[in-house]
Amino acid sequence: MTPVHTLVAKELRCFFVSPIVYVVGAVFLGIFGLLSYWAVVEASNQALRMMQMTDTFAQININDLVFRKVFYNLNLVLMLVLPLLTMRLFAEERKLRTFELLLTSPIGINEIVTAKFLSVVIIYCILLTLTALVPMVLSAYVSFDWHPVFTGYLALLLQGAFMLAIGLVASALTENQIIAAFLSFGVILLLWLLGAFGSTLGDTPIGHVFSYISFIEHYDRLVRGLVHVKDLIYYLSGMALMWFAAHQVVDAHRWN
Amino acid sequence: MIEVQHVTKQYGPITAIQDISFSVKEGEIVAFLGPNGAGKTTTMRLLTGYMPPTEGTLRIAGYDCFESPIQVKQRIGYLPESPPLYLELTVHEYLTFVGRLKGLSSELLTQRKCRVLEQTGLVDVQHRVIGHLSRGYRQRVGIAQAILHDPPVLILDEPTVGLDPNQIIEIRDLIKSLAGTHTIILSTHILSEATALCQRVIIIHQGRIAAIDTPEQLSARLRHSQKLSLTVKQSLPDMEPQLRAIPGVQEVCAAPSSNTFIVEASLDSDIQEDLTQFVVKHGLGLLELKSQSLSLEDVFIRLTHNTPSNKTDKS
Repeated sequence: MTPVHTLVAKELRCFFVSPIVYVVGAVFLGIFGLLSYWAVVEASNQALRMMQMTDTFAQININDLVFRKVFYNLNLVLMLVLPLLTMRLFAEERKLRTFELLLTSPIGINEIVTAKFLSVVIIYCILLTLTALVPMVLSAYVSFDWHPVFTGYLALLLQGAFMLAIGLVASALTENQIIAAFLSFGVILLLWLLGAFGSTLGDTPIGHVFSYISFIEHYDRLVRGLVHVKDLIYYLSGMALMWFAAHQVVDAHRWN
Repeated sequence: MIEVQHVTKQYGPITAIQDISFSVKEGEIVAFLGPNGAGKTTTMRLLTGYMPPTEGTLRIAGYDCFESPIQVKQRIGYLPESPPLYLELTVHEYLTFVGRLKGLSSELLTQRKCRVLEQTGLVDVQHRVIGHLSRGYRQRVGIAQAILHDPPVLILDEPTVGLDPNQIIEIRDLIKSLAGTHTIILSTHILSEATALCQRVIIIHQGRIAAIDTPEQLSARLRHSQKLSLTVKQSLPDMEPQLRAIPGVQEVCAAPSSNTFIVEASLDSDIQEDLTQFVVKHGLGLLELKSQSLSLEDVFIRLTHNTPSNKTDKS
């Protein structure tokens, strides 16, 4: 086992014995289920109305009416829920003084940061996999295009991983978990608002910059089923930047 | 094995340790003695490569603690001030994690785990969650973690703190059994512990080395004077100066709200007799006169009295 394996295994073990992952998981999955149910009910209502109006069998677009809606709303849920997963990563190690054990073991800071990040991404992937039940059940009753569903999941994965990376840095900054959670929530909210502000500014250079920095337009495109390299680059570079920042914060902490 | 040369560590404007130099030979056990905040923990953390020094070099087994941290970290076992425990893991899981982190192979890890659990007396609690263990047991898990990969150098920050007397003896025996094959630096408040375990003692005060000596020579320093506690029924208004006037008396200090005086005197004087005569002469009513052994605090006071304090230098 490499040090990263060892650390990830330990992180996952600690996650699953603490109640937080169950609470976060339950809330996330519950809201996902509710959002999906609500979207399906609305879609069927709309289909009924169309059938009454045209008196023919209406072909409604499940991708647009259900999945896109759910994925959009889920972004907000992620913003609220994911900081709770990342808050303990470094903050708790600092508080319990176990960080001293990690930093005096023959492993590098990069391995510690990578393992911490991977462990929350794994937890998040487990949650995402569980949500796949909804499209699978739905596919038994109605046919739809799987392609935007896959890109939607790709969007969720990248978006979530980016938020987790932000939370990673926030957790490295403090030994107080609440501050860590609130800090990552604040940064994510700021990135969101930046996008809204960018679209208000419209076709100006600053507007473009703001829109690019915010995840909104990148997420939108992926959810609509468009996979652009620049969006993938946005998420991957964002995560790399956060990884680097977390590394620097941990390293800087040793100096003073 | 361990070489520390002119090491200074500053936390912002605060100087934690200043120009410390010492070396430890292979197989030696050395104790750091010092009051809280003296710089013991800082020195130990610098040795483990946990943080870099502001100035100076530290070497373990020939490797620079800052330039080759991985090589250094492979060779040390470190017990921090508070044992670094994951409270949600069982003792067994925790040691497995630490062993893997230190790069032990599965076979060696199983073997070492059994040995260490036995050495630290943790066999009975190995499947219990660390969070449910008492302080003494947690301390022992911390020690187990430090010796798990059988490192040549052990750095133990107050290894016997929080243990009951029996456990203290067990852990001291354990440390003694590691002597010879391991180089050990430990910090402690307890002078008898240093005397019992260590070949040499390093006294740190205000970030500087106040003394490096064998325990024997250190206690010889203590025997320069004796300390007595005198309790009388009623005292004179100018009791302190009067007592000081007795030949041989070096220092007098009055305990508040009672007629007790702590008298320090040189070893060669017959101070007990003189004090009794003084009390009888003034008709004060002798209630108690007993000699006090010098505590570790007195050593510090004595040793640091002569060294110029760097705080006053700066201000």
